[in-house]
Amino acid sequence: MMQTIYAVMDALLPLEALEFSFMKNALLAILLLTPLLGLLGTMAVNQQMAFFSDALGHSALTGIGLGIVLGVSSDLVSMLVFGVVWAILICRIRQTGSASTDTIISVFSSTSIAAGLLILSRGGGFAKYSSLLIGDVLAVTPSDLGLLLCALVIGIVLWVVMYNSLLLSSINASLARSRGVRTRLTECAFVVLVAVAVMLAIKWVGVLLINAMLILPAAAGRNLARNSRQHALWSVIIALVCGVAGLLSAYAWDTSAGAAIVLYAAACYGISLGARHLMGR
Amino acid sequence: MPEHHCSLCHIEIDGLSVSRGGQTLLHDVSMHIHCGQLTVLIGQNGAGKTTLIRALLGELPHGGVIRHVDDHGRDIPHLRTGYVPQHLLFDREMPVTVEDFLAAAFTRRPVWTGVSRKTRARVREALMAVEAADLAQRPLGRCSGGEIQRVLLALALNPAPDLLVLDEPVSGVDQNGLKMFLDTVLRLKETHHLAILLVSHDLRLVREYADHVVLLDKTVLCQGAAEAVFATPAFDAVFGQGREDK
Repeated sequence: MMQTIYAVMDALLPLEALEFSFMKNALLAILLLTPLLGLLGTMAVNQQMAFFSDALGHSALTGIGLGIVLGVSSDLVSMLVFGVVWAILICRIRQTGSASTDTIISVFSSTSIAAGLLILSRGGGFAKYSSLLIGDVLAVTPSDLGLLLCALVIGIVLWVVMYNSLLLSSINASLARSRGVRTRLTECAFVVLVAVAVMLAIKWVGVLLINAMLILPAAAGRNLARNSRQHALWSVIIALVCGVAGLLSAYAWDTSAGAAIVLYAAACYGISLGARHLMGR
Repeated sequence: MPEHHCSLCHIEIDGLSVSRGGQTLLHDVSMHIHCGQLTVLIGQNGAGKTTLIRALLGELPHGGVIRHVDDHGRDIPHLRTGYVPQHLLFDREMPVTVEDFLAAAFTRRPVWTGVSRKTRARVREALMAVEAADLAQRPLGRCSGGEIQRVLLALALNPAPDLLVLDEPVSGVDQNGLKMFLDTVLRLKETHHLAILLVSHDLRLVREYADHVVLLDKTVLCQGAAEAVFATPAFDAVFGQGREDK
């Protein structure tokens, strides 16, 4: 199966950088991951949840730490479980509508970093986890790709099902409820979906940059779009293009792919701001 | 819009009470909201007007009884309520057009995949009914207060409701927009035989438009025709002498 895919890639993209199978895997991972983050990002940006998703990314450290303490063999499982629980918890706090949501999220965020560091640095051994902070997309294996493909398919299906309800709730919750939308459930489902996508991506992108991958393409897309369809389209295109360009540049410059991707996305954001200004909006 | 006569006759609110965190927000509220009538809730800020609306919408746990009764005195299990909220607090920079917003409420197809021709026609028809057809492609955040009110009214009227609830739609709207909005609402009252509940601060408009006025301050202080309510001591106590001349 993978051999066929590699052969197709060789035929379509005869690039020197893609000679190695680890680069092919990395490219496939980027192609699977960035569209999902790009789509979810549109709503995260519209709901002004950038800070929230940042806190979510930080919780990955705690998840892994707790997994080690509790003897869970898979990092991914402990991250996912903890991330989802954490997400629901922060979501409930957001829903109480407290004026100091911002502060509460900050408390959550720093607590989760501290707890994670406390456990992971025990005995001076944090160095072996430092890859979590910056991620390494070159380490993706074919079985990881299978997981990312499942996540993309399930993510898109859920995004189709919940988007309209989510849009209505984000504009006015009472109005949405009067039209039969279960607003709390919808919001929590969205947050859980973001949590799962973030946790699946974190090993490849890193705790430090994951939020930028979610927010930047959507923020740039927002400057260019006039309606929901254009927003989704721009966000996905920018995420994909920056993902691929970042990976190839990182190979050429021998540096972190995550960092290169995020810098490209930041450049796109800058350009989109300029374009928006030129369009007079 | 097709002619529509709702099956509802009136809504009976009997001994309604709402408390939250040990505080009584409403107590012993009893009133009727009739079809084909514009019922207006008046009262000071904090009098419980929005609380009453939220209880009616089924959003708040409450004591007492809210009954939806048809012409024959039978209960109607599912009341279709159209709701126009006081204001929309959303990110004004959001790239969501009026068409996106209405389509998201009308159909299941996610609007990020686009809007079908059929839905587009439905949105247009809904907007035409409130004289806002030109707003379809406008980003929601670029609409004025009055325009947003009309978009919200278009939404509240689709599907045709039995009860239309308008929470202070007059605030933040210019006089022209307001007149247009109220004229549309009044036309609907006649053609659709709707029950309409309006929260308003504008006593001059209340006097002009209301069929039934309810003065609220945690409970119903008095109710009846506008002139009668405005002449009560309770009205003077709430709004101060002479306010009714405004």
